[in-house]
Amino acid sequence: MTASTVFVPTKGGGPVSTTPVDAVSLEARAAALCTRSIKTTSKRSALHTTIRCIDLTTLEGTDTPGKVASLCQKAVRPDPANPVIPSVAAVCVYPEMVEHAVAAVAGTGVAVASVAGAFPAGMSAPAVRVADIADAVGRGADEIDIVLNRSAFMSGDLGRAHDEIAAAKEACGAAHLKVILETGELGSYDQVRRASMLAMAAGADFIKTSTGKIPKAATHPMVLNMAEAIRDYADQTGVVVGLKGAGGIRTAKQAWHHLVIVGETLGTEWLTPDLFRLGASSLLNDVLMQIQKLDTGRYSGPDYVTVD
Amino acid sequence: MAEHMPVDKTFKLFIGGVFPRSESGRTFQVHSADGDLLANAAQASRKDLREAVRAARSAQAGWADRTAYNRGQVLYRVAEVMESRRAEFTSVLIDMGHSPGDATAEVDRSIDRWVWYAGWADKLHHVLGTVNPVVGPYFNFTFPEPTGVVVVAAPDDPPLLGLLSRIAPVVVSGNTAVVATGGPSTLAAVTLAEVLATSDVPGGVVNILTGEKGELLPWALGHMDVNSVDLTGAPDGLEDEAVAAAADNVKRIVRADPEGASPYMIGDFLEMKTVWHPIGR
Repeated sequence: MTASTVFVPTKGGGPVSTTPVDAVSLEARAAALCTRSIKTTSKRSALHTTIRCIDLTTLEGTDTPGKVASLCQKAVRPDPANPVIPSVAAVCVYPEMVEHAVAAVAGTGVAVASVAGAFPAGMSAPAVRVADIADAVGRGADEIDIVLNRSAFMSGDLGRAHDEIAAAKEACGAAHLKVILETGELGSYDQVRRASMLAMAAGADFIKTSTGKIPKAATHPMVLNMAEAIRDYADQTGVVVGLKGAGGIRTAKQAWHHLVIVGETLGTEWLTPDLFRLGASSLLNDVLMQIQKLDTGRYSGPDYVTVD
Repeated sequence: MAEHMPVDKTFKLFIGGVFPRSESGRTFQVHSADGDLLANAAQASRKDLREAVRAARSAQAGWADRTAYNRGQVLYRVAEVMESRRAEFTSVLIDMGHSPGDATAEVDRSIDRWVWYAGWADKLHHVLGTVNPVVGPYFNFTFPEPTGVVVVAAPDDPPLLGLLSRIAPVVVSGNTAVVATGGPSTLAAVTLAEVLATSDVPGGVVNILTGEKGELLPWALGHMDVNSVDLTGAPDGLEDEAVAAAADNVKRIVRADPEGASPYMIGDFLEMKTVWHPIGR
């Protein structure tokens, strides 16, 4: 257990300090929250909330304008046969694809998020990363997902990690900034708690678990850990920061357990697209199949949703 | 040294190559023909069926993509492992009321049946497929493809031969199976699961659920990701509406002789694809 670390928020306000994490209790609490049973009308409501909070994502080297266009159509109208299904919160793409996404979702209320800042490793010169962010904003992105400088953070250079996020926030202008901690690489819950506080103090609008590029990603204890960091930060500064889970969330059940964790930790007012997101691609199809099951009383299958 | 304390088996389900308990936590008692309690077995629920269908679906493409020769080899390997467990299968059948002679005979026939179907893996295309005479410079072929995920209601009688005679024609062509068993075939099915788990059959190709077939089958018939249901071992009283639900995704409904063996029984679980190929002259 390490002593708490103190950060001074760039947005003003007094210094904030991290709370040490009890890993055993954290995992036990997450496991307990994940046993909650959600049925019938609550299940339908949870599934719709899940869809409204999804950042429908494609981050492949093989992405094309055509693939992004079909992703955007799915984002706007996830199930063409069922107009009751809401649109997702945003589509999340690489900067090269932003213009195509912006054109495809114009006027629909779906936002365009772009990863930037040398995603997913972030190992480029600071000026290059800032230019990458500015470029994505210039192409029309509403939201920017960057990665924490884990190299600086892990070597103890917290000041540099902090200042780079602050610079990124400045480059974003009006766009929302989500900071990816890549929790699977940080080594411990304490480190994640510290990185969360650092990112929030530096001006992040959202903190996000993972890039989705490494296997260990948005686990339930990790999301609980970050939700508690957000609660601490709000208690100490009054500033409200959003949470995005991403990576490895494939089933509707995993998703609604995240809703339970966030709702119980931060309050149900957090369960809106403004404060909570789930970065996912295959999750949406599983949610749609669950809704079809509720509607028809029969189990559905992958033949009745789109091929991603 | 103390006498060896017997280790009774816990009979569980077989889904995706592993042995889970039922998610429902339910069990049921399996009794011998004399009414003695033989074992407690897991009683599968509709959610176990759902998981089994998911496992079968994810295994299906890989199983079908193997060469026919390889599928035949893998199935033959199952017969080898069954051969080494002859005593166990025989004692299961004796418990179920067979005489020792009948039990041995049924085990022999079952293993022979399985080997016979394994041999069909690389022959069924020639026998069931055709080269069609057409006018014009084309070859025209019709060839069989597996239909996909098949739910098999295993017959109660004969317990072992019926079970194997219904699973083998499903999986030999590249389908994957979810087998619903119960009653007298329960222990034969669980023992077969142990054979499958220790042979080379990929996880998910055969999944075995024990419990009430009548409870599971309506869910299987309505399941939109199931391609065919074999009702050979379905209990009486399965409602017409439940069977009619199978029409929604055009499932193949199969009813067959539980002891029968025929290449056309493989054909029950196949789709025929016809292609035209230019001869090039």
